[in-house]
Amino acid sequence: MSMINYASREINCKIVYYGPGLGGKTSNLEHVYGKVQPDTRGKLISLATETERTLFFDFLPVDLGTIRGFKTRFHLYTVPGQVYYNASRKLILKGVDGIVFVADSQLERMEANQEAMQNLYDNMAEYGYDLTKMPFIIQYNKRDLPNAAPVRELQAALNPGWEVQDAARQRVAPDPYHAGESLIEQLPTGEWVEHAQYFEAVAVTGDGVFETLKAVSKLVLKSLA
Amino acid sequence: MPVGSGSWSFTEEDFNAITTALQRFLYDSNARCALLVDRAGQLVATVGEKPAFDPTAFATLTAADFSANDQLAKLIGENDFNSLFHQGEKESMYLADVARRVILVVLFDNRTTLGLVRLKMKSVVDELTQIFQLVFTRGQAGGQAATPNLLAGADDEIDKLFQ
Repeated sequence: MSMINYASREINCKIVYYGPGLGGKTSNLEHVYGKVQPDTRGKLISLATETERTLFFDFLPVDLGTIRGFKTRFHLYTVPGQVYYNASRKLILKGVDGIVFVADSQLERMEANQEAMQNLYDNMAEYGYDLTKMPFIIQYNKRDLPNAAPVRELQAALNPGWEVQDAARQRVAPDPYHAGESLIEQLPTGEWVEHAQYFEAVAVTGDGVFETLKAVSKLVLKSLA
Repeated sequence: MPVGSGSWSFTEEDFNAITTALQRFLYDSNARCALLVDRAGQLVATVGEKPAFDPTAFATLTAADFSANDQLAKLIGENDFNSLFHQGEKESMYLADVARRVILVVLFDNRTTLGLVRLKMKSVVDELTQIFQLVFTRGQAGGQAATPNLLAGADDEIDKLFQ
């Protein structure tokens, strides 16, 4: 639910980082916090347990520049990854403009990823939001670990694509970030599908963090244009 | 426009109407400061003494506080709690729902009383509800007209921002 304030000349948008527990959502925000100029960001708010697990959410506001004389202010939120915090996780999705799903690349976390993805779809549906029609990016995190699953496997499990029914959109759209891959493509069965954009990342070192943030913010602003 | 995004915008006239109503309320109630926050956690307006804290963080926590309490209300069989009160030793805050989309937060100290703040809040909440209902119906009727006008054709500018 983006909000345009003509009095203070600001566009406010809400982006939520979603995903399984210990997947690196908070690390994404911490990296952004550490890297952007202090005058373009606010405080990093963390409602966490004593063991630094996110209890309710983390929050970081950042200004990404000016468009048409309006400041673009993005509010970045993370949700608690653990399954038993679903009530608070769902609250954070209220009024969301863009979603980043932070997947844990480790083979043994595949099931947790899928569970979190399903949970995201369910929670969005409960608010009446359609995930396939809004800015949505998948980040495959922890690519540096030796037990990281191949991206192709992660894509097949988490980003198989949703059906494109609108005939006008049934044409191949190349993925601008991955040569030789397509965001919209026709399957051998004849069905057209659209995938979410994806990025590989190592959030603790910052690899891929800004690429992800830029991509989702751009999608959000373009959805308003 | 993505499904469920429910974007909204308000003009300078809306803003003036909101601040005038809130200034009058602060004068009548002797409260220090009033903030309006939307349910998604974005700060809409601040009137009165400039807060010493980070208002953006405050707005986010307010929305979370309200949402969490909404869920608590449901657990005990209520639809919602349309107002909340947090009492401190010197500073207190009173929160009230406006048109189911916005939260009015009032900060006050021992120069006034909870009773007076609560009494005066009723009428300002009614007044704000009317203003916001107009803002929201205009948004729906105009098919989010304000948004496309602002960013239509801004694709190049958006691209440049992320180079």
